[in-house]
Amino acid sequence: MDLTVRGVVRRFGPVTALAGVDLTVAEGELLTILGPSGSGKTTLLKVVAGFEIPDEGTVRLGSEDVTLAPPRQRDVGMVFQNYALFPHLTVAQNVAFPLEMRRMPKPERDRRVAEALALVELAGYEARLPRQLSGGQQQRVALARAIVFNPRLLLLDEPFGALDRKLRESMQLEVRRLQRRLKLTTLFITHDQEEALILSDRVAVMNAGRIEQVGTPGDVYARPATRFVADFVGESNLLEGRASGDAAAEVPGLGRIALARAAGAAGDRTTLLLRPEALRVGAEAAALPNRAHGRIVETVFLGLSVKLRLRLDGGLELLARLPLRPSEPLPAAEGETVPLGFAPEDVHVVGG
Amino acid sequence: MPRARRRRTGGRIALTVFTGVVFAFLMLPLLVVFPISVSSAPYLQFPPPGFSWQWYQRYLDDPTWIESTIRSFKVAFLCTALSMALGVPLSFALVRSRLRGMRIADRLVAAPIIVPTIIISIAVYSLFAQLRLIGEWYGIAIAHTILALPFVVILVSAGLRTFDEAQEHAAMGLGASWPVAVWRITLPQLRPSLVSAAFLAFVTSFDELVIAMFLSGASMTLPKKMFDNILLEIDPTIAAVSVLQILLACLCLGLATIFGRGALPSSVTR
Repeated sequence: MDLTVRGVVRRFGPVTALAGVDLTVAEGELLTILGPSGSGKTTLLKVVAGFEIPDEGTVRLGSEDVTLAPPRQRDVGMVFQNYALFPHLTVAQNVAFPLEMRRMPKPERDRRVAEALALVELAGYEARLPRQLSGGQQQRVALARAIVFNPRLLLLDEPFGALDRKLRESMQLEVRRLQRRLKLTTLFITHDQEEALILSDRVAVMNAGRIEQVGTPGDVYARPATRFVADFVGESNLLEGRASGDAAAEVPGLGRIALARAAGAAGDRTTLLLRPEALRVGAEAAALPNRAHGRIVETVFLGLSVKLRLRLDGGLELLARLPLRPSEPLPAAEGETVPLGFAPEDVHVVGG
Repeated sequence: MPRARRRRTGGRIALTVFTGVVFAFLMLPLLVVFPISVSSAPYLQFPPPGFSWQWYQRYLDDPTWIESTIRSFKVAFLCTALSMALGVPLSFALVRSRLRGMRIADRLVAAPIIVPTIIISIAVYSLFAQLRLIGEWYGIAIAHTILALPFVVILVSAGLRTFDEAQEHAAMGLGASWPVAVWRITLPQLRPSLVSAAFLAFVTSFDELVIAMFLSGASMTLPKKMFDNILLEIDPTIAAVSVLQILLACLCLGLATIFGRGALPSSVTR
């Protein structure tokens, strides 16, 4: 069922955790709330789950206003950060708990529990206790428990944080597959921008109690609406300068930069985003309209690519990320000065 | 490296010896009381001249001993029930409430431990005299609850503080009301604390003497009966009763260990 959050404000004494949040999650959509700690994303989750009552605003599930409804009346499945499995109950009892609370008859309950456990590939683990399972398995139990009662909404609160990298990646894909298959409306909370970009239909970037931008992962990455989003999502070169009226801008340290379109009226302050992978280094820079020279001050190997930190004459530093192919050597070594260049269409005017 | 290892071994031996001495110190009274309880002599003599079960027999045959024992059980059970019924909700309030002043209330809970029992006894006596509760077994139980409550609150709130509240939230999110979440999820996991608390409340009441002296009147509890027995006639019956009391405490401790799954702090043994 679709979720609509309108004008939600939540204050804790002098601290405003949510400063007017509007958000819509369409039926069957996976929307990620991405933000640093303290951005209010956990408070928003609690408001949606019913553990916090907002000072202002409304929360609706479908057409029903649930702003003041207690958690148990919301039919919302939630996977907690540390899973919050009940350690004194077996896997089957954990998964059966929400059905029991709904007074489902035992035969039906057993059938649904078996189904849910099969769905997360844990059939045969019914009689185990949570502590006898691995982290990934515990996570699956938590997931089974959250979906077994066909919730109207699924909430995931940083569920992958405790897992190691490999397991995290496979769990992410598994959750995504399950979510698509069951067409579950899902609100996913994370501070991990990579995770957000991989998993989501849409991403809402949160900062200081507000949503700064909502969009597809591609949108948020390529066309960030604010400086915060540009900085928080992915790696970035943020260039402060002034618009020159036509399709160009003046950036101290780089000079005049050609843009795909005007960045504002002449003299307006503007922030330009250049992703590291859009910055060309070496011979291929020569043909591009925007050119400079920089000294390589740091080289970091990342496996499939290499990251270079380059210092320009004026002291400005830029990041470049170049694909690594075994056949092609690096264009230059640390300490050398190399030509740089980038295309006007690769420069995004932040907020423009 | 070898030197460090040797030093550690030395420390270990010292610790073992020290533990042994403390243990002997704690067990020594038992080693005296038990032989005297099976003594054939009609007075307290150590070592006993011969063996006999006569003092146990005398205890079992004397209706005043049995009466006071039964009364003590009733008092202790009611006191346990009362202090759990009051102490567990109080612990939730102290641990969970965000109200100001809860920290002070938290400290105040220990007051009955600090205030001398005799002061509490005198205060309760004058109140209960007006309420005509002197000589009633449940009056003693109510007064004992004052002494037992701090132990219950300290143990239960310590357990509650280490409990992950997210589990209660999870249960509520999955469709439970708060009372159901507490009953099904929180309390079962607090069982070790609850069992220890109940055990401690029971023992606190069962061998309490001072309050019982003020409040029991003619209907005596077991400790009061023992006290009177020493005043009037010193014979090894008192030793027999003591041994039985110790056995009861051991039984409680054993049950608490089984049902509390080993989480019982060893300091509760008295």
